[in-house]
Amino acid sequence: MAATRENETDWDDVLLHVVTGKGGTGKTTVAAGLALALASRGKTVLLCEVEGRQGIAQLFDVPPLPYEETRIASGPDDGGDLYALAIDPESALLEYLAMYYRLGRAGKALDRFGVIDFATTIAPGVRDVLLTGKVYEAAYRNKRGKNHRTYDAIVLDAPPTGRIAQFLNVNSELAGLAKVGPIRTQADAIMTLLRSPRTAVHLTTVLEDMPVQETIDGITELRADDLPVGGIVVNLVRSKELDDVAREQAIGGELPREQIEKDLDRVGIDPDPALVDGLVAEAREHAERRALEEEQRERIDAIDVPTYELPRLPSGVDLGGLYELAADLCEQGMA
Amino acid sequence: MSSRTSRRVGPLAGRPGAAPALDIDSLIDDPGTRIIVCTGSGGVGKTTTSAALALRAAERGRKVVVLTIDPARRLAQSMGIEALDNTPRPVPGVRGEGHLDAMMLDMKRTFDEVVESQASPEKAAQILANPFYQVLSSSFAGTQEYMAMEKLGQLHQEARRSGEWDLIVVDTPPSRSALDFLDAPERLSSFLDGRFIRVMLAPAKGPAKLMSAGLGVVTNALTKILGAHVLRDMQAFVAAFDTLFGGFRQRAQKTFALLQAPGTAFVVIAAPEPDALREAAFFVERLAGEKMPLAGLVVNRVSRVAVEGLSGEQAQAAAERLEKSGTNAVTAGLLRLHADRTRIVARESHLQRRFAAAHPHVPTAVIPALSTDVHDLDGLRRVGELLAG
Repeated sequence: MAATRENETDWDDVLLHVVTGKGGTGKTTVAAGLALALASRGKTVLLCEVEGRQGIAQLFDVPPLPYEETRIASGPDDGGDLYALAIDPESALLEYLAMYYRLGRAGKALDRFGVIDFATTIAPGVRDVLLTGKVYEAAYRNKRGKNHRTYDAIVLDAPPTGRIAQFLNVNSELAGLAKVGPIRTQADAIMTLLRSPRTAVHLTTVLEDMPVQETIDGITELRADDLPVGGIVVNLVRSKELDDVAREQAIGGELPREQIEKDLDRVGIDPDPALVDGLVAEAREHAERRALEEEQRERIDAIDVPTYELPRLPSGVDLGGLYELAADLCEQGMA
Repeated sequence: MSSRTSRRVGPLAGRPGAAPALDIDSLIDDPGTRIIVCTGSGGVGKTTTSAALALRAAERGRKVVVLTIDPARRLAQSMGIEALDNTPRPVPGVRGEGHLDAMMLDMKRTFDEVVESQASPEKAAQILANPFYQVLSSSFAGTQEYMAMEKLGQLHQEARRSGEWDLIVVDTPPSRSALDFLDAPERLSSFLDGRFIRVMLAPAKGPAKLMSAGLGVVTNALTKILGAHVLRDMQAFVAAFDTLFGGFRQRAQKTFALLQAPGTAFVVIAAPEPDALREAAFFVERLAGEKMPLAGLVVNRVSRVAVEGLSGEQAQAAAERLEKSGTNAVTAGLLRLHADRTRIVARESHLQRRFAAAHPHVPTAVIPALSTDVHDLDGLRRVGELLAG
């Protein structure tokens, strides 16, 4: 069930949306919002997490997700289903062994000898091949023509920006390890998908120095590895209640005080000097913060990729808030 | 994930209320305080808070070294150092009798140094070149935590030997869970002591009799999937590393004991957000379980209202009426900003009170959100003042 409209969004041809971002920027929230936005277009969407955090379950207020695709939301009437999956490397390896090598018993023996632990924690790149491999399997399942569920889009809540290029570039990580053999073949197949226009790597940031720097560095690294850069989602954006002039006035201490007093009086608020001082002080702090954000905003605009904005919700992100964010992404053409 | 499955520890009934105040100055003025560990989940301002705490202690007369993990460029610059590295360097411009050194953890460098100090030059070179070691030392989950502990142990020894410092302030790695800092050394050493490592060692050591039928299945499977040379690399790595295992475990245990010693104080840092406070709660409970001394909680970047006596609802309603009448938008804007801010403050203080109800004995300090970034020593000083209340 593809989207009903042609070229309605910026990423119509993308099957795999990888969402990364520095810790604390709301990467999981953005991934979940994007998945909901895609599902709201009538698509069947899979949302995956790979860091063992159970962030999706917490966000959607459902029990911890198993290693099994689980439907966590669906739209009214005809369309839109959202499935979620928590991928852990141990389960992925056991499944991989069973699927490709029919190693049911040996898989268990490997586990008993601690091999699974070793392979998934230290063997260079194997962990990442397994995690991305499971995503790949979900993406290309239909091609093998089996009687499985197929997805119109997959959203991956990926590792943070600092590690994303390394995570996706499973080839180079493996280079020092497996030059031939099945793991290598698998890695090559994954890389073909990841480097294709069917994939987009989106970066989440907030308008602060360090997250923006990491975003810029991350994009440079992705491009160096030929990985397709998607959009930048600027998250937790402050409200824009004051225009440029008013913010400048607020910083310079030149807000029209008399006007403010008159207005307050008119709507029945006693324009007591302390109250006006307080409002002016709050406006000043807001304007100072916004000025810093503008600087960061300019750095982001200098990068030539589509940019989306999500507001800072004063009451925090709950399920309702998540639906609002999804609507914002739809409106801005991300989904 | 262990944090999600641990049981809750704390009073099982209680009313939301105010927490006792955390007295930062008496903590840093007490000569008995030798180590302060700043911990908390990622993105809560841990590094800045550690630096501010260290600066304040230095300016109150202590001889301080601060170990940062991954400072923002501006923060490193604020300490007058363009690029922090693995060696403590004096921070210029510190006032008073004390002094402050700052450094940044280089985890690979630290790991390499441990290997070099423990093994013969020849063996060390062999280990450093092995692909498995390179992963272990640069991207194994937990290595950063382990190396932060290792560095803390080294600084502690150095401080005792030379008397150069009488207070060590440690920032902890930006893990998603603060508990990782305590769990990582155990994870790494149990991994290095693990059964598989023993199995891998067996053929390298010779006695073929250890090759059980089960092991045959294992090596066959591995060869099939990875190829034979990978197996050889693994064995080479494990064999070369073997002599170091004991040393690693011992060192980790020693540092762990150091964290339990009197003279160590943990400061847990959180942002007024559900995830950060949940992590803080887990950590506070865990410290109690490990008998590690908790100094208190710092809630960072807390929003404040500057207007008394005007509720968010009133402000919102007034803004709507003003907008309808179509006057200058500034006043309506101010009122909306205030309404937004009261909502944020209400949510944050609700979260804080909930934390205090579940952990009534945890002294707490609150740092209000600043409208500008810290980019010089004055900025750090200001954070220190706010921290001291």
